[in-house]
Amino acid sequence: MNQQSNLKIFLNGILKENPTFVLVLGMCPTLATTSSAINGMSMGLATTFVLFGSNVVISLLKNLIPDKVRIPAFIVVIATFVTVVELVMQAYVPTLFESLGIFIPLIVVNCIVLGRAEAFASKNSVGKSALDGLGMGLGFTFALTLLGTVRELLGTGKAFGFTIYNEQYGMLLFVLAPGAFIALGYLIALMNKLQKAKK
Amino acid sequence: MQSNFKNMVLSLSLIAVFAGLTLASVYTLTKEPIALSKQAKQQNAIREVLPAFKRLDEAEKVKVATGDSLEMYKAYGNNDTFLGAAVETVSHNGYSGDIKLMVGFDVKGNIINYSVLEQMETPGLGTKIVDWFRTETRNQSIIGKNPVKNNLTVSKDGGEIDAITAATISSRAFLEAVQNAYDAYAENSDMLKRDGESGATETNDNKNDSIQIKQE
Amino acid sequence: MSYILIFISAVFVNNIVLSQFLGICPFLGVSKKIETALGMAGAVAFVMTIATIVTFIIQKSILEPLEITFLQTITFILIIAALVQIVEIVLKKTSPSLYQALGVFLPLITTNCAILGVAILVTQKDMNLLESVVYAISTAIGFGLALILFAGIREQLSMVKLPKGMDGTAIALITAGLLAMAFMGFAGIVR
Repeated sequence: MNQQSNLKIFLNGILKENPTFVLVLGMCPTLATTSSAINGMSMGLATTFVLFGSNVVISLLKNLIPDKVRIPAFIVVIATFVTVVELVMQAYVPTLFESLGIFIPLIVVNCIVLGRAEAFASKNSVGKSALDGLGMGLGFTFALTLLGTVRELLGTGKAFGFTIYNEQYGMLLFVLAPGAFIALGYLIALMNKLQKAKK
Repeated sequence: MQSNFKNMVLSLSLIAVFAGLTLASVYTLTKEPIALSKQAKQQNAIREVLPAFKRLDEAEKVKVATGDSLEMYKAYGNNDTFLGAAVETVSHNGYSGDIKLMVGFDVKGNIINYSVLEQMETPGLGTKIVDWFRTETRNQSIIGKNPVKNNLTVSKDGGEIDAITAATISSRAFLEAVQNAYDAYAENSDMLKRDGESGATETNDNKNDSIQIKQE
Repeated sequence: MSYILIFISAVFVNNIVLSQFLGICPFLGVSKKIETALGMAGAVAFVMTIATIVTFIIQKSILEPLEITFLQTITFILIIAALVQIVEIVLKKTSPSLYQALGVFLPLITTNCAILGVAILVTQKDMNLLESVVYAISTAIGFGLALILFAGIREQLSMVKLPKGMDGTAIALITAGLLAMAFMGFAGIVR
């Protein structure tokens, strides 16, 4: 573990252990906030901030927290960061905050955040934990942006708000709930296929 | 680290205190911007739906038939001439959740413009209310129409407005909100009553709540 | 709002899993067998109802009077985490049979976003206590319904040969998508 280079830790989250495509964690925001590319990306970035912050703080505190109360302690740290994001977004990007709605406070229960705190930050140095948080967060952001783009493009003919083809030919289903499941299903299948081809 | 009762309580309380302090300070820092951005949104909506005005009255609460209390802002131009009013209105019959609008009326009760404040309609269908009813194609637009002279319901219900394709419920709710706004406006505007046009507004049972316009 | 409307809306029209996207993790995680799905559904119903009542009371009696609603997220998640622990301990001591049925699922529930989601939604929708309880129970029933239906389909699916890339999560998600499409048919029952 100690031999792992910093770059590897960073890339680990983006590719090999991508939280969405490989670990299949944090599905709720993944499905709910990706009706457009920009929403997906913002959700990903908000989560990245929380992951990064909580990973750093938890790895700083890891020697001070008694073992038995470590989960509640982690939850408090994570919830603090989430509330910070909530307040800051409400103040400076209110429209975005409204469109992501309830899923901002729900970052607290995103399994990725607690999972990384428990599995990585509580065992590794501050620098490595920071890299891990950043990598995992960006991996998550990448997945959400990709899914958001696919859904937006298929559903409304746009990508990041720019019209690619006429909206009339869009399959509206992909913007709605069932389309979220189906698009993600096919993306994961595609990733599986690519991973197998590599080996 | 070994866990015993003392250090468990101590470390948890310490973390909680730090969390509380952090949040309290962030809250104080963001309190003002949050309030400002909320206000700005409403102000922008009012400006969008009314012609350029010099002065705006304080919000007046007006009760309408649906039991909601709507907020109305009267606008005045040069020499305090009355220009019309913006009404913040709501419908509870949206496809999912409430639809909140700001609707602007001129002196005669014609619709100047509207702006959607809040909606949770289906993306790609119901969300089209944002622009649909002010796009001048076929019979979509409600701009310039008067809820007394024009039948502002969807064509399916015998009205003259084309509903959004595959989103009739959202369209109905939207038009209901517009009608509510008009009722609130008609109820409280001397101008309209003088023109003798308010006779067509159905509900006058809220007379007690109506506030007379302040002529300053 | 009438209670029956809340019920129908929460179970069918705005199903928590299939249209609100809350509680997807357990939905995908414990839906391989109907039995485990039943256990999970029971545990969720139990905790969701209690959690909604407790968080509702805290919200109205502490957070709102003191104007510290910005602490909502942190307070609610701690209450839910503590509650899950207490329920686990109490069940273990008082009703071993119930504990055996639900026990394994309880720790998983803390990170089930449906619980926190419902607690927050109830305050956002400005419901009163009774409405909140009805909403929580109906949501839990909706969750159980989706979970059990899905488990039933997956049990059948496990006997089918699939393309390699599709195996596992991928096909589960696509199945869930079809199920969500079926639930969309309920839309319009309650406006």
